[in-house]
Amino acid sequence: MREEILEILEKNSKLNAEDIAIMLNIPKEEVEKEIEQMEKEQIICGYNTLINWEKTNKDLVTALIEVKVTPQRGEGFDKIAERIYRFDEVKAVYLMSGGFDLTVIIEGKTMKEVALFVAQKLAPLEAVLSTATHFVLKKYKDHGISFELSDKDERMVISP
Amino acid sequence: MKKEMISSKVRDIPPSGIRKFFDIVNEIKDAISLGVGEPDFDTPWHVREEGIYTLEKGKTIYTSNSGLIELRQEISTYLSRRFNITYNPKDQILVTVGASEAIDLALRAILNPGDEVLIPEPSYVSYKPCTIMAGGVPVTITTKAEDEFRLTPKQLESHITDKTKALILPYPNNPTGAIMEKEDLEKIAQILKDRDILVISDEIYAELTYGKQHVSIASLPYMYDNTLVINGFSKAYAMTGWRMGYAAGPKELISAMTKIHQYAIMCAPTTSQYAGIEALRNGDLDVAKMRDSFNYRRRIMVNGFRKMGMDCFEPLGAFYVFPSIKKLGMSSEEFCTKLLYEQKVAVVPGTAFGESGEGFIRCSYAYSIENIKEALKRIEKFIKQYK
Repeated sequence: MREEILEILEKNSKLNAEDIAIMLNIPKEEVEKEIEQMEKEQIICGYNTLINWEKTNKDLVTALIEVKVTPQRGEGFDKIAERIYRFDEVKAVYLMSGGFDLTVIIEGKTMKEVALFVAQKLAPLEAVLSTATHFVLKKYKDHGISFELSDKDERMVISP
Repeated sequence: MKKEMISSKVRDIPPSGIRKFFDIVNEIKDAISLGVGEPDFDTPWHVREEGIYTLEKGKTIYTSNSGLIELRQEISTYLSRRFNITYNPKDQILVTVGASEAIDLALRAILNPGDEVLIPEPSYVSYKPCTIMAGGVPVTITTKAEDEFRLTPKQLESHITDKTKALILPYPNNPTGAIMEKEDLEKIAQILKDRDILVISDEIYAELTYGKQHVSIASLPYMYDNTLVINGFSKAYAMTGWRMGYAAGPKELISAMTKIHQYAIMCAPTTSQYAGIEALRNGDLDVAKMRDSFNYRRRIMVNGFRKMGMDCFEPLGAFYVFPSIKKLGMSSEEFCTKLLYEQKVAVVPGTAFGESGEGFIRCSYAYSIENIKEALKRIEKFIKQYK
């Protein structure tokens, strides 16, 4: 049942416990209990809203940075990852297989701001060997939702 | 042109009730609708992509009349693994332009003037006119809410005459959402087994049942030889616009249907056929996901109607809810028209699916949860006002 609740919430976190209870045909109290428990266990880590900032007036640039680091004895990559993800500017950090070690996603108001963050905070870290910054020019799809396609219902209003 | 130029047979067929209501709905701007008979999903991208690929490759020529052999093989495999019925792809399967064409072909292939066709109602709009156009006589059997809109053996038996040529078995049912379970089908089979009556089993909603796996009457002993299974891609794979259906059955019948099909249609659209192969090969997960999503919304809608005190039997198939509005003392058409003008919600009067639909409305849940909830809110307001 947990997975079903999570799949529903992942797609639409606006649905409340009552809706989910009806959808899964289980008591509302049970859904509430499960959700609370999963929040405690940090299976559910938050409730974000997916925004297409390009349609607003807010200035926002996103950069994806490939980072090569030296893993530390006894800590592996975790310690250096933590030093990076604790910065507020950093929106996501992933440990990667392949040609580099960490993907760091940074958001800032301007390209300059992001570049300065990389130059002044990220690159100088002792364990960081190199960085390669790629700016995002356009987001087509995020979190499974397309920013481009219209979801206008084009079906005939009545059909047999 | 003089209207006498049109054949009297066609002139005498009344216009579809849905069409009439459609014209009214079109006058109302910004109405929210629960009126569609098709999924709200787009065709899965891998299926569309396959269609695009074959177009790019120039696969834009006729196929054989019965359809691409690879597709018929996939259909055969699918019917066997899903419903435990075996058909030879070479001479027992015909690919048609939607399941609708298969219904038409079947009736035209079997009917002589005056032959009777049993049609349980409420049901899909085309059985009756297709029977008439094929020279047959439609005999309707009214299914009842207290029987969960299933066809009962007693009803069936009392409508059979010497002239009965075929029974249309439209389950899972549009508009009621009713299904026929194995026990129900067995009882029907008992009555049919020693009679020469063809069962035309319209199983277009077979993938959309909730909690119970669909059973095809063709999988029962004695029934295989006298059953034509009709199915298609529209509902299961959200492929309504591709116009892809098929019929599977006794080879004599398939051969007769293919004869009509080859002169009237030639073959189903080639692009759609290739897309169909991809859907059958790699579409199981898509179907499962859509089914879950429909099930969630089904529960929201049934719950909503019951909460507002409407009698609403639990539909276990398709994507419709068919609540009774008898309490309100209005006809279905009056209810739907008033609801549309006053609350701007479009639902379909039950009478569009036969006279026996009087006192019911068909509400589709192939909509977003937000849309369904808003529509339910407005319907509740409307009902409170007239109760």
